[in-house]
Amino acid sequence: MDHLDRGEELELEQIELELLLEGIHRRYGFDFRQYAPASLRRRVRRRMDGEQVETISALQNLLLRDPAVMERLLLDLSVNVTAMFRDPTFFLSFRTNVVPVLRTYPFARLWVAGCSTGEEVYSLAILLEEAGLSDRVRIYATDINEAVIERARLGVFPLDKMQEYTQNYIRAGGTRPFSEYYVARYDGAQFGRQLIDSVVFAQHNLVSDAMFNEFNVITCRNVMIYFAQPLQEHVHGLFYDSLAMFGVLALGQKETIRFSPYESCFDELDAEERLYKKVR
Amino acid sequence: MNYDVIAIGASWGGLEAVGTLLEGIPQQLDQAIVVAQHRTPESGRGVLASLLQRHIGRPVSEPGDKEPIEQGRVYVAPADYHLLVEDGHFAFSLDARVQFARPSIDVLFESVAAAYRDRAIGIVLTGANEDGAAGLAAIKRNGGVSIVQDPRTAARSEMPAAALAASPAAAVLPLDEIGPFLSGLCCP
Repeated sequence: MDHLDRGEELELEQIELELLLEGIHRRYGFDFRQYAPASLRRRVRRRMDGEQVETISALQNLLLRDPAVMERLLLDLSVNVTAMFRDPTFFLSFRTNVVPVLRTYPFARLWVAGCSTGEEVYSLAILLEEAGLSDRVRIYATDINEAVIERARLGVFPLDKMQEYTQNYIRAGGTRPFSEYYVARYDGAQFGRQLIDSVVFAQHNLVSDAMFNEFNVITCRNVMIYFAQPLQEHVHGLFYDSLAMFGVLALGQKETIRFSPYESCFDELDAEERLYKKVR
Repeated sequence: MNYDVIAIGASWGGLEAVGTLLEGIPQQLDQAIVVAQHRTPESGRGVLASLLQRHIGRPVSEPGDKEPIEQGRVYVAPADYHLLVEDGHFAFSLDARVQFARPSIDVLFESVAAAYRDRAIGIVLTGANEDGAAGLAAIKRNGGVSIVQDPRTAARSEMPAAALAASPAAAVLPLDEIGPFLSGLCCP
């Protein structure tokens, strides 16, 4: 494409990207058209490298004909490289500010929206177990991608991460030996059956699926950073509708309820840790 | 030529280098300045921003998701996130580390190149890896300006040397000459 100057090439890439997303939507039903463009472009480019194609159009050609390519792109688009007890101070605050609220209910539901490979899910399951709430709080963990849900459901994480996770766990206020929660198997750490069984895993698409239950807590940390603003507003609406009155919404460290249309419906429970309470 | 964004990437030895560079930024330069500095994931929230604030009068902060990019401010990529720019605002990702780094300079610079094209300036400073080389080349390829700290004056020369190898036409300058050079570019 030597005859194209750089500006034209970028414009062409933009057209190709829009066509690709349109094609994915019509062929597979996944709607990425309102994803934030910068990361989306990087992730699509990574898939192009993986499939060894030079252009987005060539990727589209493969992808429309071969669902396996779509599955691989879906994986690129739904995996968050995160850690158990990421942001330990968030979990400290959760223990202090959310656990007492949960104690007041005979039964409560917590939704981890966009759970990816499950690091956050198991962190919360451990926290609730230590608070003595396992029997009274049911965790629902959802993701757009069946494959990552399957992985999350296994409850196996890389053994070489356990040192880091243990440190996070301690900083998050954990009081037991972290190694009590898993068994080392080959190079994997298998988390206990009891933790896994405390979670309902299900496929759910934040973009296109409706609310499916009423929740007392919704955590959606570092998921909406991949969405453009109109889609973020849509998802905030879904969360607002899905939260019980005085329910808690937890967002990622760089995210905020401020500037969303629902800002006035929430009080800050802990602004620094992005914990908000629905009050109207 | 008008520029909207000055992107700075630094690694080993970067805290001091970025501080010195910011001190040399002339008052009348009103471009938004965005800094990606490698550090450990545990590095405290806002700590780097407050350290850098000592070196420059204009406000230094860690931006939030989709926060508008404003002129005359300095923005610092938070620890353990990739920081990207889109048309007029910031975006974040938790994608895998690039060259062991998150924030990655390449990720930031490539997004700057795509969003700001010939209105972008990229600067690669001291470091002991090759992050930033591909990103700086992308800024150059899209019509922007590339600047590399003279490797001989850097605390660690590997990163600026790699950037220079990927962008041979980059301006090569010691830290104290980058400010005046920017001034010549932006306020002729």
